[in-house]
Amino acid sequence: MKRNNKLNIIAILAFIATLFILNVTLDPYRLRIFNLAGIYVILGLGLNLVNGFTGLFSLGHAGFMAIGAYTGALLTMSPETKEMTFFLEPITPILANIQLPFPIALVAAGLVAGAIGFLIGAPVLRLKDDYLAIATLGFSEIIRIVLTNMQTITNGALGLKGIPGNANIWWIWGVSLAVVVFMVLLIKSSYGKVFKAIREDEIAAEAMGVNIFKHKMMSFVIGCALAGVGGALLGSLIGAINPLLFRFLFTFNVLLIVVLGGMGSITGTVLSAVVVTVMIEYLRVLDIEMNLGFIRIPGVPGLRMVVFSLILLIVILFYQRGIMGSNEITWEKLFDFKNRIAKKITRRKSS
Amino acid sequence: MTIFRTENLTKKFGGLVAVSNLNIKIEKGQIIGLIGPNGAGKTTAFNMITGVYKPTEGNVVFGENKVTGMKPHKITERGIARTFQNIRLFKELSVLDNVLIANHMRLKSNVFSSIIRTPDYVRKEKAIKEKSINLLRELGLEDVKDEKSFSLPYGKQRRLEIARALATDPQLLLLDEPAAGMNPQESHELMVFIREIRDKFDLTILLIEHHMKVIMGVCESIYVLDYGVTIANGTPGEIQNNQKVIEAYLGVE
Repeated sequence: MKRNNKLNIIAILAFIATLFILNVTLDPYRLRIFNLAGIYVILGLGLNLVNGFTGLFSLGHAGFMAIGAYTGALLTMSPETKEMTFFLEPITPILANIQLPFPIALVAAGLVAGAIGFLIGAPVLRLKDDYLAIATLGFSEIIRIVLTNMQTITNGALGLKGIPGNANIWWIWGVSLAVVVFMVLLIKSSYGKVFKAIREDEIAAEAMGVNIFKHKMMSFVIGCALAGVGGALLGSLIGAINPLLFRFLFTFNVLLIVVLGGMGSITGTVLSAVVVTVMIEYLRVLDIEMNLGFIRIPGVPGLRMVVFSLILLIVILFYQRGIMGSNEITWEKLFDFKNRIAKKITRRKSS
Repeated sequence: MTIFRTENLTKKFGGLVAVSNLNIKIEKGQIIGLIGPNGAGKTTAFNMITGVYKPTEGNVVFGENKVTGMKPHKITERGIARTFQNIRLFKELSVLDNVLIANHMRLKSNVFSSIIRTPDYVRKEKAIKEKSINLLRELGLEDVKDEKSFSLPYGKQRRLEIARALATDPQLLLLDEPAAGMNPQESHELMVFIREIRDKFDLTILLIEHHMKVIMGVCESIYVLDYGVTIANGTPGEIQNNQKVIEAYLGVE
């Protein structure tokens, strides 16, 4: 245990050093992709807690991201920017003059998204499986429609522009590091075990004295709050948001990361968030015209998504439960792996 | 001392009366059997007692208090634990985790103190872990405590289900067909085992079973259900010679 704690601290320090180096060496385009990956880590872990660990098939993530993004944006934009942005109808006086520091806005985004999650969860979490998926999907769309129509608060379909770009590499990866640590501690605790028990067998968990509804709600609200924080960071990174950004497709992107990485695996989600975000960008090569010497492929916009879907299909074909399943990368496994490699090498040398 | 009784417990599904006017009375420390042909309403009775179904009429009284219509987790907290007819373990979790989850309700620690691991939480968690390992040792499952529960052989899975139920600190244990799928040797061991845990954990046991050898060998008193109606009640000897019971199982000439 002691050794692991030391290793954890070393790993975190090394990670911070890496951030430092990346912040200096990466060009703005690559840095942005890297930051986007950090946001996907937060969003993915939130969804994985609900879908992977607690076994609640929720598809409402985009709605809660929207709530977080709007909360974060409205609390950090300066009164002047707000006045300029709300040119069709002026913003409600209550929000017009509020401008809070970024960290407070982030926390508020999480709290508001969590609170809305609580309100929606109360009726919806009584449903199971696909019924729950449909209901959460519906509520996510309702949130989007409501946001579109609250002209004086959200500026409607025009969206918000000029959101202060507070979200740099430190904020984004700092928050995702904190979320990873939080998730590891949560899953290790008695509550984490109960979440898994609910996923495995609800009836048995209830017979073991677990208040199913309370724990489902807890997991759902935490997941929604994480979505809210991720949404706020995303708004700050992009600088402009509108309701169309938070369509079902966004939930799908996050779900894809969670499923690829492994339902119920923290390390899996982190890895797949980075790999998927980076890959989607690098596959852009496929969208432009290619000249392979003997054959010229005309640029087909969207070809990268086809290739990406193919990769996804292949992965799911061979790893039904995601690359990591519900396993985690632990120090023990890493050492085990190292020892095995070392043994192989010595054996080869001696023979 | 009567620890548990049901008063005219009745469950109707639409027009079908699954259980009607069930009156069970159990003294502390007894092992009571509940038998009957398939579809007689035994499991429905269990489900009413443990709160999975709300009774249409009647009451469940545990100790001094009515527990009728309470939520299952509340009833477990009061001290009634159960196992399931078709094993319901937390398959992907380790044997030890299965037992630890049953202790969660007694942990009485909120989510924040468990995440930041306050000294109080760490102490409680350690105590519970020790208690669970002891329990597994007593039931002969200690050597497999880190294995995933679905990888256990069938007999051990049954045993783990009972271990998990015992971990909730029950006074009354309901066993739903614990001998299902066991060979004669295993079911004989099970009989010994049931008596053993009754004495060791100071339990009262109500069990549903189809294996007549097990029922007759272990129960002090037996209730027989047929189509939801209690057709007989008495000692194993009396039940074996009861004309109505024989008719229910073998049919009328």
